[in-house]
Amino acid sequence: MTTSPGSFSVAPSTAVTDLRMRYGTADVLMGVSFNVAKGEVVALLGPNGAGKSTTIEILEGVRRRSGGEVSVLGADPEIIDEQWRARVGMVMQSWRDHARWSPHDLVEYLGRLYDPYAAVSGRPRWATEELLKMVGLDRVSRQKIRTLSGGERRRLDIAIGVIGRPEVLFLDEPTAGLDPEGRRDVHELIHGIVDRDDTAVLLTTHDLDEAGKIADRILVLAGGRIVADGSADALAASLARDVQIRWTHGGRAHVHACAEATGFVRQLLTGPAGADVKDLEVSRPTLEETYLALVATHHRGANAPLDEKAVV
Amino acid sequence: MSMHAVRLGVKRGWHEQILSLKSPQDQVFYVAMSLANVAFLWWKRNDTVEELGLSFPQVALPGILALVLAFGFLMSPAQVIAMEREDGTLLRMQSAPGGGVAYAVGHVVMNLTTIVPMLLVLVVPSVLLFDAGSQRGVGGWLVACAVLVLGASALLPVGLAIGTLAPDLQRAAMWSVVPLGLSALLSGIMVPVASLWGWLQPLAQGLPLYWVGHLLRYAFLTDASAAGELNGSWQVPQGVAILVVWSVVSWVAAAVLLRRSSRRQSGAAVADARVRAAQWVH
Repeated sequence: MTTSPGSFSVAPSTAVTDLRMRYGTADVLMGVSFNVAKGEVVALLGPNGAGKSTTIEILEGVRRRSGGEVSVLGADPEIIDEQWRARVGMVMQSWRDHARWSPHDLVEYLGRLYDPYAAVSGRPRWATEELLKMVGLDRVSRQKIRTLSGGERRRLDIAIGVIGRPEVLFLDEPTAGLDPEGRRDVHELIHGIVDRDDTAVLLTTHDLDEAGKIADRILVLAGGRIVADGSADALAASLARDVQIRWTHGGRAHVHACAEATGFVRQLLTGPAGADVKDLEVSRPTLEETYLALVATHHRGANAPLDEKAVV
Repeated sequence: MSMHAVRLGVKRGWHEQILSLKSPQDQVFYVAMSLANVAFLWWKRNDTVEELGLSFPQVALPGILALVLAFGFLMSPAQVIAMEREDGTLLRMQSAPGGGVAYAVGHVVMNLTTIVPMLLVLVVPSVLLFDAGSQRGVGGWLVACAVLVLGASALLPVGLAIGTLAPDLQRAAMWSVVPLGLSALLSGIMVPVASLWGWLQPLAQGLPLYWVGHLLRYAFLTDASAAGELNGSWQVPQGVAILVVWSVVSWVAAAVLLRRSSRRQSGAAVADARVRAAQWVH
């Protein structure tokens, strides 16, 4: 599996080519390339420390890269102006800031910062009440922010990220620390935003299941490189490994692994012992098992052999 | 730098001030400060400062105000800035267009407007209970207000710069307490400068806090009280000039630092600070 920059007919809203990042002597990103198209939701998936946050912070312009080319809405995030900021949404993990403010006051306040830019771009910012209603905070909009639950805070973070109706939206671990219900709310919220404004979305997660649910395309980041790129289904197919066939014969359990199960099973059942085969079971490793194996391989170095035992 | 962002900065500072005045935490702080001041002056209410012919509360009030000004404009902004960098306030503001400017302006407005409640809780009881008001009448009060604003303007950027340079909240606290303590000791607001070693006296006269104390004493005391000063006279133009120079230099330095620091704060650093804070709580 090698890096494959996607091909799009329109100019991508975010283009990354051979991105490199080095902290001291540690290489965190070693030549990462990918594109995000308008209206596309891309998940950057990988274990902790894989460089997901670093990548997204470079794109947001809060971190300087060591090498490579980066373009967000046609501009290099290292040399940006306020006009660019108005078109780029960033959802960050908040925890204590603006504790005394109410969601309404904070959203209204930050929204007003966008007003002069909306006139230029022709994309008026969200009206405060409407935005708070969309993220389901209308009932708590006058409370102090410090009284909000974790899920409510995260929805406020997302509301703040999209106030200016951004053309591209970056989300770093948007569902970290949320319960399943909270996660589902956030997923629906992101889909709603994309449907409405055709926003390009790049988010990070270390949860494969989440990436599959939320993203059109998944980039698996491991060992400083993108080791897989595609939709959840495409990933499953391209990473498909041997199928396991289990059965019992005369009270003894048997296991056989092969690439193509049908022929083997036919032979097994039509063979001399076929009548005594019981408990036949054919299973494909789950996407999760495959993903973990992939990540483990690249974490140890690209040339290390695949070793399933170390993964399970 | 757009006027729109500056206007929203003023609005932010004002909003923060209102939230502070409404918060029980800050109300308790003001009441405690007021009570401590009254208790201190009550304890010494019958003392007189012989050489000036004034009561102790009358002589002490300018020094108390200078000290509180140093706390409020050197130490507190340093710690608030460091805290807001750690908790993501700064990052959130900077991600909005013009948010960096609005954030900085908001801090200045919030801090400068704090002078009003601070003065009220200190000065009003001192005047009513101990007759510690200005010996120069209305003119003296106006001079005192001008000195407080000028002093705040000289100290605030230093506080902001310390908060910006400090890598975390703990070090922001330490880095702001040390200059505060040293300049309070050297500036003649706790002990007279004349009682310091001779070589320290010129050093003291380079500090903004020395001149804040000197000019506040000038505003509150009489012409004859100048006998207690280092040169035996009131040096008003010199004091104003030094405070203006401090203001200009430190505002320029703080502006440069604030701009440079904006790149240093990332979401990852905020997340780290959150983990550290959680460890403190448990």
